[in-house]
Parts: sequence; C-alpha cells; structure tokens
Amino acid sequence: MPAVTAPSRAPRGASVMPDTPGWARWANDHRKWLFAAPAMAFVAALIIFPLAWTVYLSLTDSSGSVRAESEFIGFRNYLDVLSDTDRFWPAVGRTAAFTGVALFFEVVLGMAIALLLWRPFRGEKWVRVAILLPLVATPVAVGMMWRLIFDPNIGLANQALGWIGIGPQPWLAGQHTALPTTIFIDIWQWTPMVVLILLAGLTSLSDEPQEAAMIDGASAWQRFRHVTLPLLMPTVIVAVLLRGIDALKTFDILYATKGRGGGSFNEVETLNVYAYGLSFDYNEYGLSSTVLILFFLIIIGVMWALTARKKEAGR
Amino acid sequence: MKASAGFRAFRAVALAVVVLALVAPLIWMVAASFKTNVDIYDSSKALFFTPTLDNYGTVLQQANYVQFIGNSLWVAFAATLLSLLLGVPAAYSMSRFNMKKSALVVLMARVIPGVSLLVPWYYVFSNLRLVGGFSVLILSHMFVSLPLIVYIMMGYFDGLPDELEEAALVDGLTPIGAFRRITLPLSVPGIATAGILSFIFSWNNFMFALVLSGADTKTLPVAIFDFVGYASIDWGGLMAATTVVTLPIMVIALFVQKYIVSGLTAGATKG
Repeated sequence: MPAVTAPSRAPRGASVMPDTPGWARWANDHRKWLFAAPAMAFVAALIIFPLAWTVYLSLTDSSGSVRAESEFIGFRNYLDVLSDTDRFWPAVGRTAAFTGVALFFEVVLGMAIALLLWRPFRGEKWVRVAILLPLVATPVAVGMMWRLIFDPNIGLANQALGWIGIGPQPWLAGQHTALPTTIFIDIWQWTPMVVLILLAGLTSLSDEPQEAAMIDGASAWQRFRHVTLPLLMPTVIVAVLLRGIDALKTFDILYATKGRGGGSFNEVETLNVYAYGLSFDYNEYGLSSTVLILFFLIIIGVMWALTARKKEAGR
Repeated sequence: MKASAGFRAFRAVALAVVVLALVAPLIWMVAASFKTNVDIYDSSKALFFTPTLDNYGTVLQQANYVQFIGNSLWVAFAATLLSLLLGVPAAYSMSRFNMKKSALVVLMARVIPGVSLLVPWYYVFSNLRLVGGFSVLILSHMFVSLPLIVYIMMGYFDGLPDELEEAALVDGLTPIGAFRRITLPLSVPGIATAGILSFIFSWNNFMFALVLSGADTKTLPVAIFDFVGYASIDWGGLMAATTVVTLPIMVIALFVQKYIVSGLTAGATKG
C-alpha cells in the first residue's frame, strides 16, 4: 500500500466528533500509539531487555549463579568459543547439516506433494487431513513416538527392515546414525508445512501462463521448470525462510530423542542444544550468552540473505 | 486443465504412500498405548493384540495427568487471551498506520532463540519469587503467541477495505468506535485463526515450561518425561502420555482445519 494514502486512512477523530468528552477525543487522536504501545512495551520488557542483558553477560565470566560476582572480561569468551573445535564448531556443523538437509528434502518433497494436490480430485479432503496431523502434533510427543519406532530391539523400523532382508540399524542409538534419524523426524513433521505454503502459492497463480505454454507445446516438465517454478519462487523462498528459522532453532525433538547435550557423544548437539546445556546444565552463563549471540547473528545473516533473494525473485 | 488417466493413477498411488507415511506412525503410537509392555516387546503382536486401558490408568491416576492437562489448558487459554488483547489492537494500528518498523520489533520475537531469553527471565522472575508459578509460564508463552497473532492479524487487517470505516466515520462514529463496531466484528475469522494457532503453539511449547514450571505447574510436554527413566522406559505409559497430549489437538485440528491452514500460510503469498 502506498504511503501517500496514510492520511486518508486515518481521519482525525476530533474534527468529526465535536461533542465527545475530552478523554475520548484524546484517545481517538492518539489511538495509533494507544493501540500499539502495550504490545510494544511487552515485547520491550520481555525481549529487548533480556537480549541486552545477554549481550552484557557474553562479555563477562558469569558462571555458577547469575547472582554471583562476575567480572567484565571483554571479548575473551568470543575468542574462547570461536577457537573451540571440541564442542562449538561441531555444533555449528550439525546445525548447518540438520537445517540444510532437512530443508532440502522438505522443499523437494513439499513441492512434489503440493503439485500433486494442486488440481482438485476426489478424496482430496482426506489427504489434506493427513497432511495437517503431523503439523499440529506436539514435537516432544513426536520425538517420543519415533523413539519407540526406531528402538533398535523392539521398534517397527527394524522389523520393517527385516521383512525386506536388511539387518537391524542402530538409528537414534548409533553415534553416526542419530543425526540423520533426527533429520528424518524433522522431515516427517514439517514437510506438510512446506506443502501448505506452496499449495497456497500455487492456488494464487493464474492459469494463463500455463495454458499459453501448453499451446506452445511445452512438456509438463518444461511447464514446471520455466513457467510454474519462476512464478512460485517468492513463495518457495518464504517457505524456506519460515521453515529455516525454525529448523535452525530445533530443540524439542532433539531433547526428546537424545536428552541432555544431544546424547553421550553429543551426536545431535546443535547450537541451540549446546547453548541450553551451557546455561542450564553447566551454568556457564557467560559462555552460553556468547554462543547465543553468535547463533543469533547466524540466524539474522541467513534471514537477510534469503530476504535479498526474495526481493530479487519478486522482480 | 484435464489430467491424463496415467497421471491420475500415478497421483493416487503417490498420495496413498504420502498419507500412509504421515499417518502410520501416529496409528502405531496410539496402538502401542493400548498394549501391555509385554505385547509391545512381542513383534507377533504388532497389529493383533488384546487392548488394555492400564496405560491410561497409569497416566491419568498415578502420574497425575489430570492436573497437567488442566495446567496446559489454563496456560494456553490465558496466554492466548492476553495475547489477543494486546496483539489485535496493535496489529490494527500497525496495519492502518503502516508502522513497518514497530511490526518488525514484534516479529523479532519469532526469530530470537528462546534460550537467550531464559537466563535473564529466570534471574528476574526467581528474584520476584515467581518461578514455578503460572504467571511466568503464561508470560513466556505470550512471547510465542503475541508475534504470531500480530503477524496473522496484520495480514488480515491489510486485506479489509478502508471504505467501511470511512463510511462509519461519515455516519458519526469516532475512529475507535468504527474499529470496535465495524472492523472488529468483521475480523472474527482472522481472530479465530490467530487464537487457534496461538493455542496450539502454546499447548505444544516445551522449552519454556521445562525451565520455568514447577512440580505443580508442569505442562503436558514436560510431564511426558516422567515416563522416561535413566535405566528403562515404560513404553506403554509413555505412548499413552503422548496420545493424551497429541490426540486432543489433532481432533480439534480436524474441525478447524480451514483456520489452521490459513494461519500457517498467512502472508506466504504476498509479494
């Protein structure tokens, strides 16, 4: 909406109602901030102040108890964290792998399913219901559910592998299979989200470019590659953006399936799990704040890059 | 556009596989909740077993789940209601006065990692002796609900034409009166969407309650861990617990499917 229309959207109340009491006139004149201020104040109190404190804590050696005396140590935490190849960098790697792999499959599968659902057909309703179920299920419960299915001894997964003659896998219990298994769980739960967003995008596209391409004799793949996909690109990027932010911050299913520290070998310890552990298992508030600030910067960076891509695609 | 018979057959098979992949694990979870632990360990009883309600007895009576269900309901309702009270007028102002920067501040809450807020919150609220009480839990869940509601409602208000309000002003209503009597009643579907999603997000929230709840104020996602011991897991009880947590929300979702979809995809197709 163009900014020029703003005055007409907000006619001044006082001039319309000369006989209203003074307080009501004041309220109408100041309704912009009267309406917005409480929510803004809430956000300021609960987010901006804690965030500022986190920045401060990251510059101190605070540990044990936040009440305990702590010393201002400048950027030493940042140097310590950034040179920590034992826990920090592996956690960065796992966060990137988890987010990248999960997002890739969610977008590819989500696009395929959305295209299948694009045109109406009989029984569509039931597919849509099935798609909604994983989305609304409590993530911690979903983690527990998969923990049973992937149990190496009694789980359905190994039974099913047995039917087709493949030996049992350790799944969540294995040092190298745990992270891929949690990625699988994320894909199971959140591909539907991508389907819904892409389907909303597809439905809003006009049929004309498709029809024109068809008359020109384009194949189904060519129509998708050169007509649908470019038009849908801004929606794809929104899906990647929304899902990507949540995937970077994944905590619930990792904690539910592997517990503290991402398992005994830290095999699923992402940045969020690492920061949680530093804060609430080790009480290393200075270090955890440093990790969180770096994590936050990574999220902002990814968002910024994607928003730039979206503007480009929107042109 | 007509789909060919070949494509329709392919679509039917592919979507059947998708539905099976999405629903089978949930059915497996519910089935396990009606099995004894002996049957869960016995692969020949995978599909054919004698159902038992013992696990639900454990969950609802011994594990005190009736109280935790109440806690979850109370926190989700209160957080949603308060967030709507704060969020709907704010979204209206931000939409009508084009307050992009203010909106960005509220939406920041969707991006920040929750852990970074928990340490300061824990410190402040434990000094106020509030940790373990409902008020802190509700406040922390509002942190999730409020940005969601502002985001959905801003999109909704953007889509409402201004002409109705302008006509109301000409008829002698004040701007606030026009908001209250014209815009708000027209926004009921949007408010329902925002409220339902806020409720679900609060019901499902785990991390804040993990740190901020006490033994009496535990919400369901935290209480699930009662069935996971260091040495062994009571699988039957655990699956009954996960069913108690997820089934109500899935049943509700079936009835308000349209709202959930419109809320989750809000703003996705805007330029």
